Amino acid sequence: MIAFSNVNRDFLVGDQQVHALRDINLTLGAGEYVSIMGPSGSGKSTLLNLIGLLDRPSSGVYKLDGLDVTTLDDEEQARVRREKIGFVFQFFHLVPRLTAAMNIELPLILGGVEVEERKERVAKLLESYGLKDRAEHRPEQLSGGQRQRVAIARATIMHPSVLLADEPTGNLDSATGKEVIRLLEQLTEQGVTLIMVTHDRDNGNRALRQITMVDGRIVGDKRKSD
Amino acid sequence: MKLNDTLQFASHSLNSAHSRSFLMIIAMSIGVAAVVILTALGEGARLYVINQFSSLGTNLVIAFPGRSETAGINPGMLIGQTPRDLVLDDAMAVLRSTAVRRMAPLAIGAALVSNGPLNREVVVLGSTAELLAIRHMTMAQGQFLPEGPADAASPVVVIGTKIKQELFGVENAVGAWLRIGDRRFRVIGILSSQGEAMGMNTDELVIVPVASAHMLFNSQNLIRILVEAKSREQIERARKETEEILFKQHGGERDVTVVTQDAMVATFDRILRTLTMAVGGIAAVSLAVAGVLIMNVMLIAVSQRTQEIGLLKALGAPPAQIRRLFFAEAVLLSLVGSVAGLLLGQLGSFVIGQIYPTLPVAAPWWAIIAAFGTALGSGILFSVWPARRAAQLDPVLALARR
Repeated sequence: MIAFSNVNRDFLVGDQQVHALRDINLTLGAGEYVSIMGPSGSGKSTLLNLIGLLDRPSSGVYKLDGLDVTTLDDEEQARVRREKIGFVFQFFHLVPRLTAAMNIELPLILGGVEVEERKERVAKLLESYGLKDRAEHRPEQLSGGQRQRVAIARATIMHPSVLLADEPTGNLDSATGKEVIRLLEQLTEQGVTLIMVTHDRDNGNRALRQITMVDGRIVGDKRKSD
Repeated sequence: MKLNDTLQFASHSLNSAHSRSFLMIIAMSIGVAAVVILTALGEGARLYVINQFSSLGTNLVIAFPGRSETAGINPGMLIGQTPRDLVLDDAMAVLRSTAVRRMAPLAIGAALVSNGPLNREVVVLGSTAELLAIRHMTMAQGQFLPEGPADAASPVVVIGTKIKQELFGVENAVGAWLRIGDRRFRVIGILSSQGEAMGMNTDELVIVPVASAHMLFNSQNLIRILVEAKSREQIERARKETEEILFKQHGGERDVTVVTQDAMVATFDRILRTLTMAVGGIAAVSLAVAGVLIMNVMLIAVSQRTQEIGLLKALGAPPAQIRRLFFAEAVLLSLVGSVAGLLLGQLGSFVIGQIYPTLPVAAPWWAIIAAFGTALGSGILFSVWPARRAAQLDPVLALARR
């Protein structure tokens, strides 16, 4: 469902051309659990941004569910992002002035869903993520683990087919981090494709498919045989 | 995203930055209030002048010597004649017009008025009994000039309250003798105090019969003939006929200007309205300044909320939606600011009205609409750029910052 062929991404830093991604060929199926590992500056985040349509490749073709999304305009890309892709960030990126419930509701608001349906879906999600009594709290009143759970709830409320997680445990202690990882893994069991960029070898090794990147190239792609 | 949700989201974010929003609303409302108050003052001045004119009399036609437009060389000049002055005969002739109800000639001069050791220099008016009705004056004591032929001199005088006080103090003035120039007049009446009307204060008037005035000042000239038309509809006819009569009286020369009070009022009306608009326009500049302030603060808001914008994009908000969100904030701000400004302006006008009760202070409706529109317009206009900037933010960079 995700297919990269000969994708390059170049940046111009000063007057120097930086090749963030070189000739990426990658195919990911529905419901896969993938970790992307590698040293800093190896292009992991750039790859994730390309998958999430936050960035456009300099060359090459990216097909999502058979559709060549690189040719879409901003408006159409935004729609694809809204409907098919969920993001989980290292720094949570919750809107500080909104309550937990409202943060979760945000994608539904942007999608123009009716108020009653919104409230219903948010309530259901709060319940299943154990955040019911935290619904009216603002992010600063939540613990790191709670914040990340709110962020995950927000990422999944539109039922995306792809969940992109950039260092989701990077800002959490290891116990909370494990909790968050388990939550994400549960989602893959429901058929969501999880792509997780991580520095943490333990977390990365839990993934069923492990991609290693160095200098903008994929240098390792192994599957866990279980 | 629905319009309702957009507005709610925008007002929510304005709410959470309340001090910033508050300052912007203040800037906007000061601008709007300035427009409202200044135009209210201008409009007040206009109405004040119009009221002053109508207190001078109603349905007035005024004739005065000389013509404002000169038509080259007239035949009279070649044989050594200058335009003739208005005299009493001219005034009497005006009454031949059927559109004229009454007429009062007006002669004027300055003279020393004295009662024993007390004296002062005053402006002495010469007129007839009709002046009282034409000028809407009322008597405080005694009576006005006696009815009778205008060319009959009689040594009587009517004085204003201030003259009475200065020359007679608390003494009874009616019946007393008053020396004007080198003649003696008996005081027969005191005008009631009406304050000032078009620079002529009835309190400081000294009125004698027109023939007496002519004797006093040794001249036959009238400076004005005040003519009252029979009704509002007759004003124009009265003006035309007065002009024709005076034209004939002066041997076929148009050397007299006859104007209606309405025309004069209209002129002042035009001048003051233009002035009001100019002042309002200057005040509107402050609205533009408020607009620039809104732009500045919105730009700060965009850079402060870079992360949030990046997040909204990641959550699938298209650029147009981001633009609408910031747009909605600016519109809400200028809307609240304008409404607050209108209230402030009305309050200010009310206070000024209380301080200067003679001035009918009220902002005209066009100024209110213009102020509102300009405020909203500048708020929207100046938010275009910040909103575009927000919409064009690169989400990757926006989210990378923390």
